[in-house]
Amino acid sequence: MNMKKHDKMKLEIESKSINEGFTRAAVAAFAARLDPSIEELGDIKTAVSEAVTNCIVHAYPDTIGSIQITCRVFEDYIEIKVRDYGRGIADVARAREPMYTTGGADRSGMGFTVMESFMDELRVRSKEGVGTTVTMTKRVKPRK
Amino acid sequence: MDYRIDETTATISISGELDHHSLRETSLEVNRIIDTYLPKTLVLDMAGVRFMDSSGLALVIGGSRKMSELNGRVIVKNVPPQPMKVLNAAGVSRFVTIETTGKVV
Ligand SMILES: Nc1ncnc2c1ncn2[C@@H]1O[C@H](COP(=O)(O)OP(=O)(O)O)[C@@H](O)[C@H]1O
Ligand SMILES: [Mg+2]
Repeated sequence: MNMKKHDKMKLEIESKSINEGFTRAAVAAFAARLDPSIEELGDIKTAVSEAVTNCIVHAYPDTIGSIQITCRVFEDYIEIKVRDYGRGIADVARAREPMYTTGGADRSGMGFTVMESFMDELRVRSKEGVGTTVTMTKRVKPRK
Repeated sequence: MDYRIDETTATISISGELDHHSLRETSLEVNRIIDTYLPKTLVLDMAGVRFMDSSGLALVIGGSRKMSELNGRVIVKNVPPQPMKVLNAAGVSRFVTIETTGKVV
């Protein structure tokens, strides 16, 4: 990976579900400078949607809180960090298991699995009562 | 969202962006159609889905659970590439039939 940093974008939203589509579109527009394929762009949008939805549904279950999305583009990859100051995750390894959900029948428990399989790297840092930071990177292959 | 009833088959055409924001309304509507017509086969036509994340998986899985309680089944068809990738990541083809233009996967 070429780690020369090119640019940065930071977005702060409230944890309202209407912002899911907005955030996907904003990150996709920022990522466009890497000239991703339609498939790569779809992967990025899907992963962002998962991370932001988790903040809205799980971090702030009955309040409205702040979500920060920070994107950095490098020569050939993008790093996306999604941060909340909500409830936190007691056992991150368990939360990342496929089908694990505390959300009931409305949720599939596949959010982290989707983020993992669509991005190249996924890191989750969390502390109960303090918040959660999800950091994902994806390499965008240069095209002719 | 459009739907069509042919004898024991209910075909529902889902369109737009299928995420947590739009899910509640869509799943209420799908459940209402199942409860009203008690179909043997529920076909989810995904041709118009421009985006789907794991919230859409909950819709497909929930629909298949509800249909198997009625001894029925779910067929998902005309899935565009992005939603297909999400269905595959979750291994959904293990419990619902996914049809790609004529072929059954
Ligand atoms: N930002 C977050 N804050 C608190 N809990 C979280 C957060 N993200 C994920 N979780 C926990 O991890 C579980 C698994 O998340 P995920 O794989 O996205 O599945 P789902 O959202 O369908 O439950 C959630 O049910 C929740 O308990
Ligand atoms: Mg999730």
